[in-house]
Amino acid sequence: MNNSYLIKTERLKKIYPMGPTTLVALEGVNLIFKKGEFSGLVGPSGSGKTTLLNIIGTLDSPSQGSADVMGRKVETLSHKSAAQLRNQHIGFIFQTFNLLPVYTVFENVEFPLLLQNMATSERKKLVMEALEWVGLADRAQSKPAQLSGGQSQRVAIARAIVKKPELVIADEPTANLDAENSHHIMKTMVQLNKGLDTTFIFATHDEKVMHYLKRKISLNDGRVEKDEILEREMWK
Amino acid sequence: MIKFLFKGLIRDRSRSLFPVLTVVTGVFLSVFLYSYLNGVVSQMINSTAHYQTGHLRIMTQAYAQEADQNPIDLAFIGVDNLLQTLNEKYHQMLWTPRIKFGGLLDIPDENKETKTQGPVIGMAVNLFSEFSPERKLLNIKDAIISGRMPNKTGEILIADEFAKKLKVAPSDTATLISSTMFGSMTMANFKIAGTVRFGIAAMDRAAIFTDISDIQFALDMQDAASEILGFFADDIYNDEQATLIAASFNKEFKNPDDPFSPRMGTLPNESGLADYLNMVGSMAIIIITIFVVTMSIVLWNAGLMGSLRRYGEIGLRLAIGEDKGHVYRTLILESVMIAIFGSVLGTLAGVGIAYLMQVHGLDFSFLFKKTSMMIPNELRARVTFGSFIIGFVPGIISTVLGTSIAGVGIYKRQTSQLFKELEV
Ligand SMILES: Nc1ncnc2c1ncn2[C@@H]1O[C@H](COP(=O)(O)OP(=O)(O)OP(=O)(O)O)[C@@H](O)[C@H]1O
Ligand SMILES: [Mg+2]
Repeated sequence: MNNSYLIKTERLKKIYPMGPTTLVALEGVNLIFKKGEFSGLVGPSGSGKTTLLNIIGTLDSPSQGSADVMGRKVETLSHKSAAQLRNQHIGFIFQTFNLLPVYTVFENVEFPLLLQNMATSERKKLVMEALEWVGLADRAQSKPAQLSGGQSQRVAIARAIVKKPELVIADEPTANLDAENSHHIMKTMVQLNKGLDTTFIFATHDEKVMHYLKRKISLNDGRVEKDEILEREMWK
Repeated sequence: MIKFLFKGLIRDRSRSLFPVLTVVTGVFLSVFLYSYLNGVVSQMINSTAHYQTGHLRIMTQAYAQEADQNPIDLAFIGVDNLLQTLNEKYHQMLWTPRIKFGGLLDIPDENKETKTQGPVIGMAVNLFSEFSPERKLLNIKDAIISGRMPNKTGEILIADEFAKKLKVAPSDTATLISSTMFGSMTMANFKIAGTVRFGIAAMDRAAIFTDISDIQFALDMQDAASEILGFFADDIYNDEQATLIAASFNKEFKNPDDPFSPRMGTLPNESGLADYLNMVGSMAIIIITIFVVTMSIVLWNAGLMGSLRRYGEIGLRLAIGEDKGHVYRTLILESVMIAIFGSVLGTLAGVGIAYLMQVHGLDFSFLFKKTSMMIPNELRARVTFGSFIIGFVPGIISTVLGTSIAGVGIYKRQTSQLFKELEV
């Protein structure tokens, strides 16, 4: 990437049809994210956090304005190239962990690599590496049902980072976790950010998450209200 | 990837079990019903051919008009000559003459007074000649219940049921009271060699079987026969060939002005089975169509439920970077695995049970007590090459079709919409 930014949105607008009228979910969003950021979108429920993450993650397209993600324009991206972009460069972490229940921890983490036609030995190496990052290498053969919530979310993190993406998008990753587990997974992500220089963008209500953010973007009614860089001890 | 999908199918029973069961059931029923119909039809054709009409039948035109009354006065004279001609001209067929006759069978006591008596239908065939196909056609050996095959002139076989009614046993004497070809009354004494049961109600009730020369002698039918039957050497009716032979024969021998000239007819026309066979044919098609349509609809719905349940998984896979088309193709691939598995299982089960019914047969004789039709008492299925594809192919088609239709929903939905299901 010759640009100095990873993601850039300009006058981004998202409108949803609501019966006879429309609902403006995002309006005039101009944001730039640089490589290696550890940023969070905060704001009340319905303020547009998920909508913005979905557009940045190429799962949805803007109604107006533009979103440039790693050199591609989301608004003109075909289904196929969007899928390819996600496959190679973007990892997702969700509020509900969304592990596939019939597969083992290992197979869940392996899945994104299967789509890349990677050799078995290479896959195995990357999967075990990712599981080691999140401290679950010994649970590789467990089924998701045998894991705690915190462990499940760590598997989801391993699945998001196994392909070493530039960008990880995490929508309310701690909402279903208790305090201890929340801190644990946030620390894991901080380490990944430091170790692999992965860019993280969160959406959250959670004070515990905000405590780790380097940058906090406040949304309200689909608009950016505040955009602040935070000084944190742990990032020094 | 295939291995990955396969693991999913095996581990998630709810994903595979219902569709597999549906396919197995549908395929099984199709295969079984097809084999069953097949069996009933071929059995009907066989017994009609063997006991009644042959694959081709020659009678005088006059006889043909009243054939069901066995009018021996209208029988064909000049059998030996005609047989020789037939064997020369149509040597691919086996030709055999028969006489069907009616009368009274009288059983005398020690004083030669009537002990018991009953109306009888007789069939006189060539029992003794080693070239005669009759023993095999009528399956006489297996039909014998007591006694033995007749081996000299003057000996007859009698239907077992009829023998019990008349209270006779092998080595007893029976007197046939009938009329000759020229209308005068005649009596002939026979010795009962054995009793038989063919499993055909119409024949088991009141029939005797004699050698044709005995009846030609008794009924004054020198060189005459009610009919000459032709059979394909492999005993399989071939309509195309039969029609050709009949046409060529009729062109040469049938004389519209002479009611005593011979005419030849084919099995379907002689037996009235033509309409029946057509009906069975369309029934088979209807049954299979119903199965395919029902199965497709059921599997389509199963596919819909399945993919609804799996929106979460599908949304996740899309988020991870799988292409929509790829997701769709893997769903189809899964259904192909299910289809093959289910169809193989269903076909094996259907063929297996049909085969059991082919070997053992079910006895339905109680249903046909009063009938004079040549319906075999035992219904047997028949497994043919068709049995193997009749369920297999529709099974695969309907599974894949059902899933394809169900999967279209994935295409119609927006990615983010599918993805929304994740948040539920
Ligand atoms: N598919 C959709 N159709 C119609 N309206 C939608 C759709 N998705 C989101 N919205 C609306 O857009 C607005 C923003 O929604 P969004 O999910 O981005 O909020 P959020 O900030 O993530 O909220 P929360 O904190 O509750 O997750 C909401 O008013 C929501 O109702
Ligand atoms: Mg949200």
